[in-house]
Amino acid sequence: MKMGNTVIDIENAVVSYREDVALRGVSIKIEEGEFVGVIGPNGAGKTTLLTVINGLGKLLSGRVWVLGGFLTPGSGHSLRRRVGYVAQVENIDPRMPMSVRDVAMMGRYGVLGLFKRPDKGDWKLVDEMLELVGMTHLAQRPIGHLSGGEQQRVAIARCLAQEPELLLLDEPTASLDWKAQTEILALVKKIHDSRNLTTLFVTHDLDAMPHTCDRVVLMKDGLIFADGPPGELIATDKLSRLYDMTASVVEERLPHMHRNNSMHGRGQ
Amino acid sequence: MEIFGYQFMQNAILSAFLGGISCAIIGVFVVLMHMPFIGVAMSHAAFAGALLGIWLGFDPLIGAFVLSLAAAAIIGPLADRGELSPETSLGVIFSLMLGIAFLFMGLMPGTKSGALELLWGSILTSTRGDIILLAVVAVIVVGLIVVFYKEIQATVFNRGIALSVGLPATVVLYGILFLTGATVTASLRSIGGLLIFSLILNPAAAAYQLTYSMKKMFLLAACFGVLSGWVGLLFSYLFNIPSGATIVVTSSLIFMVTAIFSPKRKVKGWRQQQITEE
Repeated sequence: MKMGNTVIDIENAVVSYREDVALRGVSIKIEEGEFVGVIGPNGAGKTTLLTVINGLGKLLSGRVWVLGGFLTPGSGHSLRRRVGYVAQVENIDPRMPMSVRDVAMMGRYGVLGLFKRPDKGDWKLVDEMLELVGMTHLAQRPIGHLSGGEQQRVAIARCLAQEPELLLLDEPTASLDWKAQTEILALVKKIHDSRNLTTLFVTHDLDAMPHTCDRVVLMKDGLIFADGPPGELIATDKLSRLYDMTASVVEERLPHMHRNNSMHGRGQ
Repeated sequence: MEIFGYQFMQNAILSAFLGGISCAIIGVFVVLMHMPFIGVAMSHAAFAGALLGIWLGFDPLIGAFVLSLAAAAIIGPLADRGELSPETSLGVIFSLMLGIAFLFMGLMPGTKSGALELLWGSILTSTRGDIILLAVVAVIVVGLIVVFYKEIQATVFNRGIALSVGLPATVVLYGILFLTGATVTASLRSIGGLLIFSLILNPAAAAYQLTYSMKKMFLLAACFGVLSGWVGLLFSYLFNIPSGATIVVTSSLIFMVTAIFSPKRKVKGWRQQQITEE
């Protein structure tokens, strides 16, 4: 893993939607190659943090530097071509006239730019990425016929077709069953390692946090509450304050977490 | 065959062809973006705008275009921000536009036949000017889809994803609303403000039943749109009934037939099959 180059540097970012302040002055630096888990309760500003990084969030104040440049209102489109983004599973109409291959190809669209159509090389790349996520056998199926886990694999293939430098994952395993969730987490980790990506993984669900994160950022009420190695932060006192749960309730839940942890380890 | 001999019939056939294509293509956007009410709200806005033109004495089509775009300018941001369920806001705008239209009609002095014609449409009296306008809009609509197919495909499928891969999805969305306004305006005199929406929705909804390829959906919808216009015209001519009504009924019948025979009704069986692109 290559380290040392800062790819994201956010200084005092403030974002608000109408009256709600979503980020209240967040500063964070992320180095190349890091796998960062962002955890916190619903409404903590985790998704907003991602939208600030890919230029879709509107800053009230503060500065955001991503992949070698400061974000300005006009620079979002070209930045987003270099950033892969996977959101949670959405309901797709089973009749939607888009094949799995079409959806994965969307990742190339921004990179290609206006007036250019995908050529053979683009389709070859898309097919390779579908292979990598294990979706080749479903490539010609309508996207709406896939299960949630399969759709997330396609979403990851779409991101990889972009050949991104940065991967942003916003609750990618939410509403998936436990098996699909485990498989997606393993796939994300594998891709992160093999492609030398910098990855931010947002989740409100501690069980869904990849236990192989290099670093964990805890967020609450639009602020960064703690930031460090997972071993130090995934601890009773921190979690009980993060989720406003009493220490004893967290204690009860934690062994369950560790069980997942060891199973996760055995699977690899 | 004497049907083709009349100048007004030739004009009507040409109008049905051009209007059928534009409306059906706009319909594909409406169906895939799950905004069926957008066409309704904008066509009624166009109708209200045209009446405003007649009442105040300027070109009704200018009024139609401006007011349908104004409706789009209200609908767009609401849909874009997702603050309100689009159905609710569109329902409010739709009823407001209909109310305004009838208000203008009530304020209008003298005979209301011109106004009623805009409500029901009269393809048989299409003028050369109408046809030129329809042709210009059809060429623009088809041309933009061909040139910006990938941007449009991605935006229509999922605006969030289109934005996140670096496409100007918001511009595309407003472009689509603008084209809807232009199409509704150009078709207003031939199809009529009340009926235009079924020519937007039905052919696209019928095509939606039949294919898993977006390109084929555009082509099929355009074919169904033209077919609705021509078959409707034929019935109108044969039985001497209003053409707007026969066109709408034909497009609805096409939809019903495709819905009954849709392979997508048996999604489970279809799942086993592979779809083939192109």
